[in-house]
Amino acid sequence: MSSTGEKFLVGIFDDEDILLHGVEGIRGKGVKIHEVYTPFPVHGLDEALGYKRSRLPIAAFLFGLTGTILALVMQIWMLGFDWPMIIGGKNFVSLPPFIPVTFELTVLLSALGMVATFFIVSDMKPYKTPRSYDIRSTDDKHVMAIDLTANKMSKEEIGQILKANGASEVNEKNF
Amino acid sequence: MAADEQYIFKPEAKRNILILLGVGVVLFVLGIFLAKSGGHHEGADHGTIEVTKSLVASTEHEAAAEAGGHHGSDPWLKRIYTSLWHNNIFFAGIGIIGLFFVAIQYAAQAGWSAPIKRIPLAMGQWIPIAGVLMLIIWFVAKGDIFHWTHHDLYDPHSADYDTILDQKSVYFFWLGTKGGFPTFYILRMVLFFGLWYWFYTLIRKQMLAEDINGGTQHWYSARKLSAVFLVIFAVSSSVAAWDWVMSIDPHWFSTMFGWYVFASWWVTGLAVITLIVVYLKDAGYLKMVNANHLHDLGKFVFAFSVFWTYIWFSQFLLIYYANIPEETVYFVERMKHSPYSWIFYLNLVLNFVLPFLLLMTRDAKRHMSMLKVICPIVIVGHWFDFYNMITPGVMQYNGGVGLLEIGLAFIFFALFLWVALNALSKMPLVAKNHPMMEESLHHHI
Repeated sequence: MSSTGEKFLVGIFDDEDILLHGVEGIRGKGVKIHEVYTPFPVHGLDEALGYKRSRLPIAAFLFGLTGTILALVMQIWMLGFDWPMIIGGKNFVSLPPFIPVTFELTVLLSALGMVATFFIVSDMKPYKTPRSYDIRSTDDKHVMAIDLTANKMSKEEIGQILKANGASEVNEKNF
Repeated sequence: MAADEQYIFKPEAKRNILILLGVGVVLFVLGIFLAKSGGHHEGADHGTIEVTKSLVASTEHEAAAEAGGHHGSDPWLKRIYTSLWHNNIFFAGIGIIGLFFVAIQYAAQAGWSAPIKRIPLAMGQWIPIAGVLMLIIWFVAKGDIFHWTHHDLYDPHSADYDTILDQKSVYFFWLGTKGGFPTFYILRMVLFFGLWYWFYTLIRKQMLAEDINGGTQHWYSARKLSAVFLVIFAVSSSVAAWDWVMSIDPHWFSTMFGWYVFASWWVTGLAVITLIVVYLKDAGYLKMVNANHLHDLGKFVFAFSVFWTYIWFSQFLLIYYANIPEETVYFVERMKHSPYSWIFYLNLVLNFVLPFLLLMTRDAKRHMSMLKVICPIVIVGHWFDFYNMITPGVMQYNGGVGLLEIGLAFIFFALFLWVALNALSKMPLVAKNHPMMEESLHHHI
């Protein structure tokens, strides 16, 4: 992989409690954290990192609404105008039998749209090699990545802050 | 752990409930006078009703019988009976759902609900009262509410002989004589309330003993009892729905009906639990309960509003599509005729559209102000739901929602609140030694 010139400082944490307090302490010192990788979900980490709530539910609602409208328009057009058929003596356009299809298309579009949005937003695509700041984040270590170009402080200063807030190791990683 | 709370049933709360009761009584008495003087209103709809009646008469014997009007009390008295039965079924359901909620928590080994379990437990105190009321109302009003109790329906020599009901008669009259005392039916009513109350006392005993003794043995005992109760409730709630609600329209049947009544009870009970938790928190109780617990309660109300709609629609779609007169008559009565038509559609708005849209976001479920709006909507909505299950079958086209029905609902609500809050004040508000209290304290979603 060719170099992109991005420089990161990587702090390794052994324990999620130390990590949680560490995140608060490090952010309190004015250091911007790029991302934290943990081997398992850590409750409260999103809040500690100051992440805003995901807007994925809004996308899901809009996709669902699209599905609802699409299903109703499709069925009304097909059975009411394009090819009217008498089924069970009901009106050509009768709402109750349309509901199951409408429900299914709402759920389908909402689910597929949500997955697609998630993949696009998190930049997950085929043949993409994921960045690994430290391979041990898939095993037993919590890994904190700090983008040196996004922070005004020097490498040494940030390294000391990391150490002071519970990091067991501080490494450099360039991409 | 702040688990040392005691609810005090304050004089102000008692006074407010008594005011509610007083308003209910005044409305009820006014309603009786209005109903007596106004009589039953048959007017503009007369023509269409007659057409429907003749359409229906071949399958729905009672419509014809009512048109002839050869049995039953005055319309205003029938209205009181119907409303009593309706309100008692509705509030009996809320009480039994209290116990059901507790049992579900034990069976699922749920930790989050540890600090709020005393509220549904207190609601269960209504079960024996509802049972006694149910028996009394049944014996007073059976001839007016339950068409199948008339003995000439089972007499082959009578002009009113009804083959269909004769074939179903074992279900009511087993162990007795046809058209006489419905031994099997009453036995079931007594048995169900007896079993429910028995399990209520057993589970409550374990929960309260845990406060004193600590340890996990009471939790395990309560879980065992809960599992047994849930199996019993699965059967008894369905049969109760057939007995107490579906048998009002004795020719009609729906295999979804047990589920339908249960779904309506369950979501109402959840809304009542949520509302009581919210108001207790407003009054400064339940300090351990935070937005995460409210979120779970809100999710329950949201999810089971959708579940109710699913059951409602499943029942409706099959009957609509099959288009068999014996089945569709039920919806024709409710959808197409003036006293019930608006309730039929209102039912869907209050119980599906509003909870679905208003409770959809995460924030709505976590904020008490939003829950205070939606839970009453759901409770009122399901009151109307039960109204439309019960009244059309008894009152035919003479029903209506007036001061009488609203007043009686107030009376029942006041009595229910009194019993539940009184029970709540007799035990620690928060379990003292619940093994999962610590887990609930850190509940985070």
